[in-house]
Amino acid sequence: MVGITGYGGYVPRLRLQRAAAAKANAWLNPGLMGKSKGERAMANWDEDAITMAVEAARDALGTGDDRSRVKALFFGTTTAAFSDRLNAGIIQAALTLEPDTACFDVTGTQRAGLSALANALNAAKAGVGEALAVTGERRKARAASAQEMDGGDAGAAILVGTKDTLADHIGSAVTTADFVDHFRGSGEEFDYAWEERWIRDEGFAKIVPPVIKAALANAKIEAAAVDVFILPTTFKGVAESVAKKAGLKPESVKDQLGAQVGDSGAAHALVLLAHALETAKAGQVIVVAQFGQGCEAHVFKTTRKIESWKPERGVSGWLADGKQETNYMKWLVFNGLVEWEKGMRAEKDNKTALTTLYRNNDMILGLVGGRCTETGTVQFPRTRISVNPNNAAVDTQEPYKFAEKPASILSWSADNLTYAMSPPNHYGMMVFDGGGRIFMDITDVDPGDVDSGTPVRMVFRVKEWDDRRGFTRYFWKAQPDKRRKASAKAAAE
Amino acid sequence: MAAGIRDKVAIIGMGCSKFGERWDAGPDDLMVEAYLEAMGEAGIEPSQLDAAWFSTHIDEIGTGKGGTPMSLALRLPNIAVTRVENFCASGSEAFRGAVYAVAAGAADIAVAVGVEKLKDTGYGGLPVGNMGTLIPQTSPNGSAPGNFAQLASAYRTKHGVSKEDLKRAIAHVSVKSHANGSKNPKAHLRNVVTEEQVLNAPMIAEPLGLFDCCGVSDGAAAAIVTTPEIAAALGHKDLVTVKALQLSVSNGLESQHNSWDGSYFHTARIAAKKAYKEAGVEKPREQISMIEVHDCFSITELVTMEDLFISEEGKGWSDVLNGFYDADGKVPCQIDGGLKCFGHPIGASGLRMLYEMYLQLKGRAGDRQLANPKLGLTHNLGGSPSTNVCSVAIIGQQGA
Repeated sequence: MVGITGYGGYVPRLRLQRAAAAKANAWLNPGLMGKSKGERAMANWDEDAITMAVEAARDALGTGDDRSRVKALFFGTTTAAFSDRLNAGIIQAALTLEPDTACFDVTGTQRAGLSALANALNAAKAGVGEALAVTGERRKARAASAQEMDGGDAGAAILVGTKDTLADHIGSAVTTADFVDHFRGSGEEFDYAWEERWIRDEGFAKIVPPVIKAALANAKIEAAAVDVFILPTTFKGVAESVAKKAGLKPESVKDQLGAQVGDSGAAHALVLLAHALETAKAGQVIVVAQFGQGCEAHVFKTTRKIESWKPERGVSGWLADGKQETNYMKWLVFNGLVEWEKGMRAEKDNKTALTTLYRNNDMILGLVGGRCTETGTVQFPRTRISVNPNNAAVDTQEPYKFAEKPASILSWSADNLTYAMSPPNHYGMMVFDGGGRIFMDITDVDPGDVDSGTPVRMVFRVKEWDDRRGFTRYFWKAQPDKRRKASAKAAAE
Repeated sequence: MAAGIRDKVAIIGMGCSKFGERWDAGPDDLMVEAYLEAMGEAGIEPSQLDAAWFSTHIDEIGTGKGGTPMSLALRLPNIAVTRVENFCASGSEAFRGAVYAVAAGAADIAVAVGVEKLKDTGYGGLPVGNMGTLIPQTSPNGSAPGNFAQLASAYRTKHGVSKEDLKRAIAHVSVKSHANGSKNPKAHLRNVVTEEQVLNAPMIAEPLGLFDCCGVSDGAAAAIVTTPEIAAALGHKDLVTVKALQLSVSNGLESQHNSWDGSYFHTARIAAKKAYKEAGVEKPREQISMIEVHDCFSITELVTMEDLFISEEGKGWSDVLNGFYDADGKVPCQIDGGLKCFGHPIGASGLRMLYEMYLQLKGRAGDRQLANPKLGLTHNLGGSPSTNVCSVAIIGQQGA
């Protein structure tokens, strides 16, 4: 039977304190003070839907080099970097999935994340092998808006297949209705939303319950047997009232993670699903639904394997790694909501030579270097002549993946001179366990966080934007690895 | 090994413009200033020049490509002009070309001019460069101080030096260069600074503060070289000759192979060893009278003291603090103020270093004249610690 074979999540490190945002804007909109509780996940300046999806996928797939089991990839989002360039293809390249992986963008609605999962399930059911549903969303909202307070940035990934399932897919239902609770026209930055009360009463209350019932009927499951019910919404009490209408137990309603993450839009159903799976017990029934121009719902029943399988960090691991951000100005800058003085150094032309990008695709997007088959010397980038000073072997290098290899800092600086979105810009020479080194940017870092010897892990991030041409450039960066730092410290003690 | 250049070529004239924020001068004006001084001293006519080498680094602003900017500015008599570029070591590269042309017998008299006009960008620091189509897609978003600051963290870690001790040692590097620069009328920065000022200056790139960074200057420098025989025939006495010219270029080892620990310049050590051999120097700490090194940043100068084998490895920082490289120390370093205070017009800097050594050897260094220098070494570096070119040249009194 087709079902979930792995899952992962991602929540960016920064957590905007809602009280700070509310306080900054209360003079404009006193009502925001009513939303001043908790925190929302805030993407670093160099994170977007794609990079968060990549992190979540790594969380689900683990650190092994061989990912050839993944035969299809569906990326659900409404905030991808490109309208016409396969965003899922960028993710495929970053994950170094095989070229024969079928990749698709699923978009256009807030239920795109769950629709990506539906597509993955269908692909696995059709026999392609394992399929990966990934999602990521970097919510963009106007300053001083309710959406700014309610939203959150996050990603999730669900791997599906037919063998060794953690949760079997036992039923589903869908309905499509051109119910426009909000929209974002092509090329527009921000949502335009209709009245909440109408969305609640005519949307959620009338459209969702029949779909839940239909999915349960399809799964041949009694409503009362549902252990976990996931329905992302920012409206208070709506998931509970939908559950009641569908006959579900009140205690089955999954917490929205509103106080820690916020609503991550199209990503949120899978974020909540990944989070729920972390603590699920064998034999539980999980219903996950997502609303948007209709509704989609899927029913899963966990297997015994659910209790032994764990993601690399999981949503809860990322949640525990947060850093409180109280600087609302930083939020504005990171989200392009304010014109700030970048200085003349920012005038550098970031035009990307697409020929160069393609020629070096696995190097740039996959962080793939080379390993000499004669001497074992590992290097980045891969070259025809080996860098080994004692044996400059020619044409001996095979591809060698760096992205999942642990590394540490050899040298570094924190640079106040260079143009940076989050100064000072940290960068340095990273040396990898197992060989090789890369001189690269360090991200998710504050002054005083790093020194020579600090463990780091690689993260896929936005390198630069080419604002003039609308191109986003991606590469890998080093992120201080607090988990390894902690374990190294524990070992020393 | 090749026989080498020792004593085969003499310098008969050198010139150097005033360095600094030369709002009044374009690159052509700067070249003319340096060139006329050198020609005046050589006592020759332009028609006696056989070939010219021209160094300038940055294409984006200023001087321009090819040999024509120099030929036009100096109205050279339609002789060969070769433009060379090797990052911040471009000036040494121009000198190398001219010297080799004379040594080869292809030219009787050759001229080298280096120039950079940096202060036409509208902002402080070096212009943001164009690194081609691949490097910008992967390399960090950094600056020269951030790249060179890397040395500090690696040096501290390797030698177990505390942050505070190293910060104080590099502060001393700058205090010393300001003291020296204050005596140099052509220097860009002529103010004396205290250790306290240096330590408390705004941070540019951890741990380098404002005073750990060299001046960004406009300027030009020139050299005229010929054979010792022709020099003598022209009436030149007490000749200064070239003893060694070495250049070592990174091949990716530092940036791609884990054998390099990030605390020193791999190329500098290779170039220094070869230069000492070429010049017949066996004990540099004893035999070298004075040095002009590439102190683009204070930390660069500090590790270079070890790379040149004058300080023992791991002892450079304490030699610096003990005043070994001060004007009254055993081996004065940056007696003209160095890049730090004389300034760093990139394409000119290698020639500017030689200019000071030349003045000292000729006994014409004014207030900053050292007693009886015999051999002067210049160390001119370009790139970053992990990927660079390094020139080490030695000049001295004929027969020394």
